[in-house]
Amino acid sequence: MALMFFKAMMLTFRPPFRVRLLLKQMEFVGVKSTLVVVLTGLFSGMVLALQGYYGFRKFGGETLLGATVALSLLRELGPVLTGLMVTARAGSAMAAEIGTMRVTEQIDALEVMAVNPIHYLVVPRLWAAILMVPLLTVLADVVGIAGGYFVGVILLHIDAGIYIAKMKELVELSDIANGLYKAFVFGAILAVVGCFKGYHARGGAEGVGRATTQAVVISSISILIADYILTSLLFD
Amino acid sequence: MIKIIDLHKAFGPQKVLQGVNLEIPEGKITFIMGASGTGKSVLLKHIIGLISPDKGQILIDGKDITRLSEPELMEIRKRFGMLFQEGALFDSLTVGENVAFPLREHTKLSEREIRARVETKLSQVGLLKAIDKMPSELSGGMKKRVALARALALDPEIVLFDEPTTGLDPIMQESISNLIKETQQRLNLTCVVISHDVPIAFAIADKIAFLYEGKVIEEGSPEKIKHSKHPFVQKFIRALPTGFKEARDEQEQ
Repeated sequence: MALMFFKAMMLTFRPPFRVRLLLKQMEFVGVKSTLVVVLTGLFSGMVLALQGYYGFRKFGGETLLGATVALSLLRELGPVLTGLMVTARAGSAMAAEIGTMRVTEQIDALEVMAVNPIHYLVVPRLWAAILMVPLLTVLADVVGIAGGYFVGVILLHIDAGIYIAKMKELVELSDIANGLYKAFVFGAILAVVGCFKGYHARGGAEGVGRATTQAVVISSISILIADYILTSLLFD
Repeated sequence: MIKIIDLHKAFGPQKVLQGVNLEIPEGKITFIMGASGTGKSVLLKHIIGLISPDKGQILIDGKDITRLSEPELMEIRKRFGMLFQEGALFDSLTVGENVAFPLREHTKLSEREIRARVETKLSQVGLLKAIDKMPSELSGGMKKRVALARALALDPEIVLFDEPTTGLDPIMQESISNLIKETQQRLNLTCVVISHDVPIAFAIADKIAFLYEGKVIEEGSPEKIKHSKHPFVQKFIRALPTGFKEARDEQEQ
């Protein structure tokens, strides 16, 4: 898998540059994941606010709610949940599509026509995921923070000024940046795993099904493990 | 000319090719025949470098393709066309885009020139009207004809066919084999055909080679094959079509 990643990285700079394929994949990975990511971000933010409120109320710390919601989303839940949702939507599709191309000899056909299949299939998907997962993460963060504000300020009547002020005070730029670094890594993971599993699919429809399942399971677990590792490296 | 020397290939414990020696003459149709699962497709994939052998050489105009680097192999492949068993058309592209694919990849032709060439190739296989259809809308025979048009798009010198008539009705089988013969003669192609279809081989082949237990056991003109003394070849070319046999078995019961 690492080999495929390096091959794809090296081939990125070899012409022809397949801009149209990249845009098509960016549309698929990014634009078409918007609704899923908005809903995920919104309800995560809302439930965080609700749970946080019950906890903070016990010692009168309700005013910290905005900061808590924002930090949880920016550092953890935004990138991780986006990574998992995009894995489920796009990583699985990558494995299924490339797997089907493998078992129907379309990948052999590419090679026979002197087109490198990694260059044609993997490079655009990898870059689409690396570019779009961070953007989707920003979206999830923004919507989630808005959802938290809605629950905290509108439904639970915490003072809006303090809610925002505490949030501004406690959230640092590095929290946002580190969350986005994670998102880059998660994007790369889900694309490489999805493409790798599809590329090595064997044995007809059953093989494609197996490849797809494995892609989702392996990507999801890798994202969670990578999240721990990155957290321990990035946040002191 | 393609020359295969002492080719060996095993997948795990299963020895598929065990010393294949074969010469494929230029500008002729060569059939490689044998029972299902005897490594015919594996042999074909060796010729175009999709699989590399455990041992042996494949010489194309004297150059051993098993030792080439990736870019050199890519260069050699541009001289090849290949028709896959199920067509292997890209199902995300239309018929026209499929045929245009190798042209867009490897030539600097303008879109208008590509369009013209695609139309010519498609009309040669009688499918110009399907140019804007998706591969999933086509029948098996139509897919193979489109795949042939795509294989011929770059005007290759050598065309490989993996079971071109398998799974088609008899009329379509005849039309595909006529198309192969006619195209071969018109363009003076070197054709290598993998098949187990005896009548078609006798009808259009210039040379037939029989693969059995990982080796070429008999090769030569169709005339020579007809009079082969080898028991497997005898049995293979005299075997009745399966449907006929089943009908006879039922009668006997």
